[in-house]
Amino acid sequence: MDTIYALASAQGKAGVAVVRLSGPAAHDAILRLCGRIPPMRHATLCRVSSDDGSVIDTALVLTFAKGASFTGETSAEIQLHGSRATVAALLVTLSKIPGLRLAEPGEFTRRALENGRLDLTEVEGLADLIDAETEAQRLQALRVLSGALGKKTESWRTSLIRAMALLEVTIDFADEDVPVDVTPEVIALLRDVTASLVQEVAGFAAAERIRDGFEVAIVGPPNIGKSTLLNTLAGRDAAITSDVAGTTRDVIEVRMDVGGLPVTFLDTAGLRKTDDLVEGLGIERAIARANQADLRVILTDGSVPDGVTLLDDDLILRGKVDLVGDDGPGVSGKTGQGVTGLLNHVCAALSQRAAGAGLAVHERHRQAMTSSKAVLESALDALEMGNRPTELAVEDIRQAVAILDALVGRIDVENVLDEIFSSFCLGK
Amino acid sequence: MFHVKHDSFDVVVVGGGHAGCEAAHAASRMGVRVALITLDPAKIGVMSCNPAIGGLGKGHLVREVDAMDGVMGRVADKAGIQFRLLNRRKGPAVQGPRAQSDRKIYRESMQAELALLSNLTVIAGEVADIVAEKGTITAVVLADGTNVATRAVVVTTGTFLRGMVHIGDVSYPAGRMGDDPSNRLAARFADMGLPLGRLKTGTPPRLDGRTINWDILEEQPGDDDPTFFSFLTSKTDTRQVSCGITHTNARTHQIIHDNLGRSAMYGGHIEGIGPRYCPSIEDKVVRFAEKDSHQVFLEPEGLDDPTIYPNGISTSLPVDVQEAYVRSILGLENVAILQPGYAIEYDYVDPQALNLSLQLRAQPGLFLAGQINGTTGYEEAAAQGLVAGLNAAQHAVGAAPITFNRSSSYIGVMIDDLTSRGVAEPYRMFTSRAEFRLSLRADNADQRLTPLGQEIGCVSGIRSDAFGAKMDALSRGRSALDAESWTPREIMGAGIKVSADGGRRTSWDLLSFPNVTFSEILALNPAHSDIPRDIQDQLWRDALYSKYLDRQERDAAILKRDEALLIPEGFAYDDISGLSNELKQKLNRARPASMAQAARIEGMTPAALSLLLVRIRPLRQEKLA
Repeated sequence: MDTIYALASAQGKAGVAVVRLSGPAAHDAILRLCGRIPPMRHATLCRVSSDDGSVIDTALVLTFAKGASFTGETSAEIQLHGSRATVAALLVTLSKIPGLRLAEPGEFTRRALENGRLDLTEVEGLADLIDAETEAQRLQALRVLSGALGKKTESWRTSLIRAMALLEVTIDFADEDVPVDVTPEVIALLRDVTASLVQEVAGFAAAERIRDGFEVAIVGPPNIGKSTLLNTLAGRDAAITSDVAGTTRDVIEVRMDVGGLPVTFLDTAGLRKTDDLVEGLGIERAIARANQADLRVILTDGSVPDGVTLLDDDLILRGKVDLVGDDGPGVSGKTGQGVTGLLNHVCAALSQRAAGAGLAVHERHRQAMTSSKAVLESALDALEMGNRPTELAVEDIRQAVAILDALVGRIDVENVLDEIFSSFCLGK
Repeated sequence: MFHVKHDSFDVVVVGGGHAGCEAAHAASRMGVRVALITLDPAKIGVMSCNPAIGGLGKGHLVREVDAMDGVMGRVADKAGIQFRLLNRRKGPAVQGPRAQSDRKIYRESMQAELALLSNLTVIAGEVADIVAEKGTITAVVLADGTNVATRAVVVTTGTFLRGMVHIGDVSYPAGRMGDDPSNRLAARFADMGLPLGRLKTGTPPRLDGRTINWDILEEQPGDDDPTFFSFLTSKTDTRQVSCGITHTNARTHQIIHDNLGRSAMYGGHIEGIGPRYCPSIEDKVVRFAEKDSHQVFLEPEGLDDPTIYPNGISTSLPVDVQEAYVRSILGLENVAILQPGYAIEYDYVDPQALNLSLQLRAQPGLFLAGQINGTTGYEEAAAQGLVAGLNAAQHAVGAAPITFNRSSSYIGVMIDDLTSRGVAEPYRMFTSRAEFRLSLRADNADQRLTPLGQEIGCVSGIRSDAFGAKMDALSRGRSALDAESWTPREIMGAGIKVSADGGRRTSWDLLSFPNVTFSEILALNPAHSDIPRDIQDQLWRDALYSKYLDRQERDAAILKRDEALLIPEGFAYDDISGLSNELKQKLNRARPASMAQAARIEGMTPAALSLLLVRIRPLRQEKLA
């Protein structure tokens, strides 16, 4: 098998750069570069030289034994000074060592998957972790990476395999001394799994928001200070502001970290009746985006703006509050009055929703859970109504297990038989 | 050096048990010259274990053997003295025909069937060696030095390879009680470097039915309307009887418990692995200590034979303990033991060494079938005998192998399981092993397999005619049901629940509803009463699962696609980078024939499969180029 290497840290200038090696020849390569193989998992300062003896850098070298590394293979890491030239020199030297080649994108992770170090959901968690920008994203990715979804799926599988075994025992061992009425236990098992699936699917919307970001729309009549507020939130001139009503035509987005949550604020066209074709399109778009947003901040001049139906969780604030000198709830982008309160409110409202996040983080997870729930409901129907033969309920459960299994691994009839043989005394 | 006493043959079958009989019969149906060599021709067709054929999964296999015009189903019908269709209250996919057999009638009918075959010669003798020249099988050598020339050999030696019988602390070499083992052939296999393992199985003591107090025991009669194994059988051939049922009790368990150390199994005399689904009474008492009673079926071995087979209490305890615990059971207080129970250990060949035609990959022309491949049960043996016999005949004449796949038969499921995964315990068929069991039913075995049998030429004219008539009737019935449709009002009028605002539905659609049987269809259209009763029933069974079959057909299509992705023999798994050593070892051992088989290897991951796929794709393209 090839030994692969690649720069594991980001491209470009940095204090430290990490080059990773994985495969059978990883330690031989270290020996060649450093003149020795440092003890496993002991960060060791080594002089790294190319074949002609010229020193590339003095670097921290870490070695990992087969079976005790990220990929599961013999591997090593070289932490060198992060200049483009140093990294380039090391990569060129590595490329000349026989049996070594540059890794393809994602190849280290693929090897970890193939060697059973990670399951499919953990790989997804890892990708999310690397992409995480906010604290909530980091925690969510870590939960998936640590195998929480895999463990949950495993517990569903265990229940479903037990349910199948209970039904199969009444089928394949019908002429033996086995319990006849297994239906109550099977129904209880299926109900538990279904309820748990429903819960995780319900948490998908929140988890997806944590991954992709919440949207908060700022809406209101023209010239109420929406763009100025957005610019204050962003800390830069993201939107053009002027005293002319209807300056903002398109939706302007600013992505922020609000208390660890990824939030995109949307500045929208001011809502009013207009004959201007372009402004009219902008208003349509403003209403559409505001309706899809997770939360709406409505700036008013005292009355509800045209085209908006108020929702319970809308945050209604007096716009340009600095001009009216009102003590009521208001905000001013110009003076900063009420901005902290606005952010606190948004943070509290969204945190509450984020708390409901389930283990289904990707659309793939949600689909798998939704379709297994559907077939399990069909199985429950067959068992509770008693209008279809047992083998059809088993067929549904088998299908559910196969779907869930696609999330992490494979199913096997041997699992069902193992459960049967460990639970029932068979053989007449 | 050897004197040639016999003609030369195309196929030699070694062994006259269930696998051997079926293999010899199948090869003979293919029209080649066949010799069946067995130690004692009088014991051809002997039932060594329990006197019954069929059951769940097993009954399916017998039906499939019969659909290929095999012999087990017809013989079991002749010998049947109590027929029961298991799972009568569940759907037809999981119903399995089963019958108690009269041992003597079974043996005699099997020998009579074989005697009818003009191209089959039965030879008494022990096969001591198999001769191959330049990799090609040329002959088998008998213990007396006789050389029998042949092009292909099917070995069906059951438990006879280094067989060892254990009763308590007494053990002695035997193929089964009263017969010598085949140790020379075992040594020959070891010389060939075949991967051998050791398994065990057991039997209960045989009881004298004249000493059983039947009056106080529960009676288990057969079905009033017997379901037969063969598609050609229409009535019972002999008097029908009942079985008895009794139970072990606390005292039985205490006796067994007190003497566990004297059991061959618990005394450490046995290394082989036994089947989990057929535990000895010692195992039951130890592993399920919380149960204070186990069911025992008292099965008659024949109409004019007093022997009773007490199903459920197989044992390797010493004879005096067997007597004590048997007599502690209700109804057996004064019973006499005719033959003690015993455990038997034997060698088997790891079936991963075989390909899908049950031919040894290392020795073309040499086929193995039955218990030698690590299976248990008469039915599993017969089904393998069929496959090996057909393929030995094909090999002898240089024709292409005949293989069975998982999506169209239990035979295919079994052969695939055996050759791709090997066995960890004696392999028995269960319906739960067949992922396509809704379509692999005992009732449609003929629809699934008889056309294949006709195509390869192993089906008699009688069966072909009967099958053709049945298929015509089914297709006429199906067309009639498809051709007519009814309004919701009419449908409700026939007592079928549908939503009132639904559209028109055909009779076939209605037949696929839960709780709709053919009688509701007759209420809608009495003219269908001219469809024969058995055809009505079969139409209902075909319709019942039709909604689920769509899903299974999609899965089957995926399987077929993966089965079509062949992995070349001798493919170098070691060269695939990114594949773990553990998987490489497993692949090297199993040598899967296709991607479908590779996918079923334990521990196989989707990622590893995609690596494999990437490697075999270019190979295939090169071949096409």
